[in-house]
Amino acid sequence: MSSRSKARPQVIDKEEARRLIDRDRRSFIKKVLGGAIAGSLLMVLEAGGELLPPEQIPGIRGEKYDITKRRFAFVVDITKCIGCGSCCVADKREYNVPDHFARTWIERYLIAEDGEVFVDSPDGGLHGFTPRTDIDKPIRDAFFVPKLCNMCKEAPCVQVCPVGATFKTPDGFVIIDYKRCVGCAYCVQACPYGVRYIHPVLHTADKCTWCYHRVRRGLLPACVNACPTKARKFGDLNDKDSEVYKILHGPSILTVLKKEMGTEPNLYYLGARQEVI
Amino acid sequence: MSEGILGFIFPNEFHVHWSFMIVLYPYITGIIAGAFIMSSLYHVFNIKALKPVSRFSLIFAFAFWTCCTLPLLNHLGHPERAFNMLITPSPTSAMAGFGYIYGSYGLLLIGEILLVYRKTLVDLYHKSSGFLKKIYWLLTFGVTEVTPQSLEADKKVIKFLAAIGIPWACLLHGYVGFIFGGVKAVHWWFTPLMPVVFLLSASVSGIAGIVLLYVLIMKYRGEEPDINCLKTCVKFLWGFFILDLTMELLDIGAHAYLRVEHWHVVAGLLAGPLNFTFWKLQMGVFSLIPFLLLAWLSLFNVSDSTLKFFAPLVSLMILIQVILMRWNVVIGGQLISKSGRGYTHFHLEFLGKEGLLVGLIILALPLVVLYVLSKIFPLWYPAKPEAQAS
Repeated sequence: MSSRSKARPQVIDKEEARRLIDRDRRSFIKKVLGGAIAGSLLMVLEAGGELLPPEQIPGIRGEKYDITKRRFAFVVDITKCIGCGSCCVADKREYNVPDHFARTWIERYLIAEDGEVFVDSPDGGLHGFTPRTDIDKPIRDAFFVPKLCNMCKEAPCVQVCPVGATFKTPDGFVIIDYKRCVGCAYCVQACPYGVRYIHPVLHTADKCTWCYHRVRRGLLPACVNACPTKARKFGDLNDKDSEVYKILHGPSILTVLKKEMGTEPNLYYLGARQEVI
Repeated sequence: MSEGILGFIFPNEFHVHWSFMIVLYPYITGIIAGAFIMSSLYHVFNIKALKPVSRFSLIFAFAFWTCCTLPLLNHLGHPERAFNMLITPSPTSAMAGFGYIYGSYGLLLIGEILLVYRKTLVDLYHKSSGFLKKIYWLLTFGVTEVTPQSLEADKKVIKFLAAIGIPWACLLHGYVGFIFGGVKAVHWWFTPLMPVVFLLSASVSGIAGIVLLYVLIMKYRGEEPDINCLKTCVKFLWGFFILDLTMELLDIGAHAYLRVEHWHVVAGLLAGPLNFTFWKLQMGVFSLIPFLLLAWLSLFNVSDSTLKFFAPLVSLMILIQVILMRWNVVIGGQLISKSGRGYTHFHLEFLGKEGLLVGLIILALPLVVLYVLSKIFPLWYPAKPEAQAS
């Protein structure tokens, strides 16, 4: 039971009351000023590393990055992709990808009972997929296939670039030096996977980079972060604790796209049917 | 966006990146190589009947050489960085060698022209005055006298330059063919026959260009073309055209017979998007008719007036055939989706940066250059071909 009795207010004289009010005012003003200065400093000073999201790839932050000690790989689990398009949205936001081009996209495969294959990718899957009404056949299988740069070990784009603007890094990436690229589009022709295009504003070649700028800060590629079903997996093959290491060294059946091209991709697919090209 | 698209294509394939400019690039290089080979037939293989066009062929080749990089520069996203290909080339790239091959070929061409024209230039130096005299002084390097001994020495160097010029011309255009033939991702291009096909079609276009312009220029000047020369040109044209067509059809025939994994996409291309430009135009109208006409002109004793009418006509048709071949190779290869499940569409703009109008201007420019060059290097000097001294 709570007490109903009220504490009697302390009686103080007028001088004491004024002193107390002045003290509170000074304290209030001090706090406001302090807060304002601290807030202003935050806006002026550069954001430090501690403002980055938590590290997602272990052992990168706070250490000197040894490019030769890392070997990154990407795994796409087709059985998990639901074709939501979140990866494409994340990618478009990360890079401001121009309309009608794609750094990453999703294809929808529908396989009819008679074996006929129907593939589509409206806007690269950016807005997800609506049911197809143009197929008048019973469908026996349906799945989504995310596509992105294969980061080939024997990259034809690197081979054909006449000025060396496209190059391979020791840690497993194929990237473009936008300040050297002449925009000849030979790499666009040479890529067997159609991941390259000439950027309509930059007038240089452009493609998926597996978010190299994020990886070097210990973050996962934007599309990997955005995938709600963890269909996209990324990690260091030199790290035995990484998921990609475990998948690549486990019993799962992995495939690469267009193996006959001899490009030796660093992008692997889990559960890819033979119809996937 | 999806207008004209057949089947499924990857999202980045709606745009065809190598456009009309890249059709013109091998076309112009081919004409250069072909014209030089024509000139070498006289200078190296001593086919005397070709003497009337031996000098003209060199100037003709050089005029096209000066404009060869224009379509490339117009096509590049960053033409201001084009020199990087020369100063920091990537040794693994087939494309990186172009600047060196093209540049050295130009030097060879200039050297050959200056020596072939040596006596003429000295002659004109003495006859001219003012600014033109200064130009001739420069072109003779200030050595304004010739002697029978110096001419004999020049002749030996000319023969040497022309001799190394033949493999160099083959290298230039065979190499251009390899730029396409070396792309394994494009099934329509990926064949070791591509450099051979390019080289033979180059010879054909060079000879055809020479024949067409020779007759037209003679008509413009009110002179008669050398009939023996014209007959010989037509025979060479027919010979090279037979080889060219054989190689082109062999390439397709081998693909079709072997029926390798990617044949279905090539077959779909030939039956679909390229059906009109390849079968009906390139192989039908502009191969079959010229082939029959050339056979008739070569095998039968036709009258001079018939030859003078049909030789330039058939040459024009062959020039169209070769540009169609370049179109069908360059554009055709890109129409095949790398998804293996569809074909994209290419629409040639008229006014765009790489449109038809700009292309026609680039094609016409070598003729303007030829006209200007002819004011310094007379195509026929003295005017009557039979009285030539070289």
